[in-house]
Amino acid sequence: MRFCKASDQSLLIYLGDEISLSTHERVLKLLQLFQKEPPSWLCNIQPAYCSLMVTFDPCRVAHAEVEAVVRKLEQRAESLRRPKSRTVDIPVCYDAEFAPDLEDVARAHQLKPADVIRLHASRTYHAYFLGFAPGFAYLGDLADEIATPRLDVPRKKVPAGSVAIAGRQTAVYPFPTPGGWRLIGRTPLTLFRADRKPMELISIGDQVRFHSISPKEFSKLASE
Amino acid sequence: MSSLVVKSPGMLTTIQDLGRPGYGPIGVSPAGAADPVALRLANLLVGNQPGAAALEMTLVGGIFVFPNGGAFALTGANMSATLNGDSIDLWTTYIAPSGAELSLGPTKDYARSYLALSGGIEVPLFLGSASTHLLSNTGGYEGRALRKGDVLQLGTMPPKITPKHVSPSALFALKPRKILRVTDGPQADQFSVDARNAFTRQIFRVTEHSDRLGLRLEAPPIPTPSPATMTTEAVSLGAIQITPSGQAILLGVDQQTTGGYPKIANVIGVDLHRVGQLRPRVEIRFERTSFAVARALWIEQERLLNNPSQLFV
Repeated sequence: MRFCKASDQSLLIYLGDEISLSTHERVLKLLQLFQKEPPSWLCNIQPAYCSLMVTFDPCRVAHAEVEAVVRKLEQRAESLRRPKSRTVDIPVCYDAEFAPDLEDVARAHQLKPADVIRLHASRTYHAYFLGFAPGFAYLGDLADEIATPRLDVPRKKVPAGSVAIAGRQTAVYPFPTPGGWRLIGRTPLTLFRADRKPMELISIGDQVRFHSISPKEFSKLASE
Repeated sequence: MSSLVVKSPGMLTTIQDLGRPGYGPIGVSPAGAADPVALRLANLLVGNQPGAAALEMTLVGGIFVFPNGGAFALTGANMSATLNGDSIDLWTTYIAPSGAELSLGPTKDYARSYLALSGGIEVPLFLGSASTHLLSNTGGYEGRALRKGDVLQLGTMPPKITPKHVSPSALFALKPRKILRVTDGPQADQFSVDARNAFTRQIFRVTEHSDRLGLRLEAPPIPTPSPATMTTEAVSLGAIQITPSGQAILLGVDQQTTGGYPKIANVIGVDLHRVGQLRPRVEIRFERTSFAVARALWIEQERLLNNPSQLFV
């Protein structure tokens, strides 16, 4: 474990240097302990692949005190059982009208669009963390055969529900936002709803699968 | 019930309060007023809780009508406000008569002006806050910037409002600055000595591509560490990221919660509200300070903001 002051009000806690499920399990456990017993000075906590950032009230504590609390929690984390994860199944229509970048991705890897779809939908992904926008889950790891860099120029508006890839990651855009990931399909499901519990369709630590649906099924699910 | 009618929204006017911290695990940006100090003072002037929902106007203010009158206060940037045609002051409580028109124009100095209304603005809360987050179209008034014809419902006015204004000493202590103080960022030591020196020596110009998400700064490129991107991690408010092309981006209140660019520095807490007042074309500089100094300044500023006898006259 390594600490780093991110700002005068936040502390980064690194639990490893490489993206791996074992490092991420430590991130999840520490997050769980913080959420179970949030200290009174805690303002926010943001997990990521290998780290967590804790934002605190500097009128009440300084970095050193936060560090001491984290060290104690981390000792308890070791005996904690692995947090339970749900499996979330996401229907995706990979039809051309929802997949403006599918052809380009296929061409870049000398594949057919159908191969890209098969490779994308044949894996179970791990939800490493949510960031960027409410409910946006960073899912990994994408098959090497279709790993593609971000667009050089991001789109000004990506439709909600767009299924996208970037590097060895995949994700679903919950809201119509700007975005630089490559769009290969769309789901009719709502990724984030304030009146639902939990609000996010995909939570940190979940296992996520995608399965292909027809445009007809898409319209049917979208109208439900 | 009192209301406020938007006759003209200005350039970009949104409902803001002190935001919704605490939802990092579900990817939600805290958002909130870009200049939280100006928002708190505006609310206190009209007898509200400091974090009540108010209007944040950007660069050009709007025109508003009070059908049933009400107490209000303006803080932050000077947008040449008039009430029924008469010039009025910033940082001061006013009582608008029924049917009065409050009119603001382009800013004469800083980026944002805050209009607090006695009783606060009533909108459905999203995750405990009225703040508008434009990127996800959540919070505020239907998740969007105000438009002509919108009618905002106001809460119940406090029974007694004592008109006052912010003291000259408090305004001096909280005044905007163009030299922002920073602490080292998490990747500061990965930058070369030359890069770090350049960062505090050179002048940065705030570009037009700046908003509540962040300020894009223009200056000779800062040499980046190698590799120029890293494993995505959480980013803090006020972080200064250096992109692979050497451009600096200062993260604002609507920031993405995570990012993969190295961060050379972070603006200290007491200067964050000053970031919210920087407008395009302004030239700024960064000055390094220690975490201990940053914390002491924050505690001192919070003490002032919680002490009405020092704040108001």
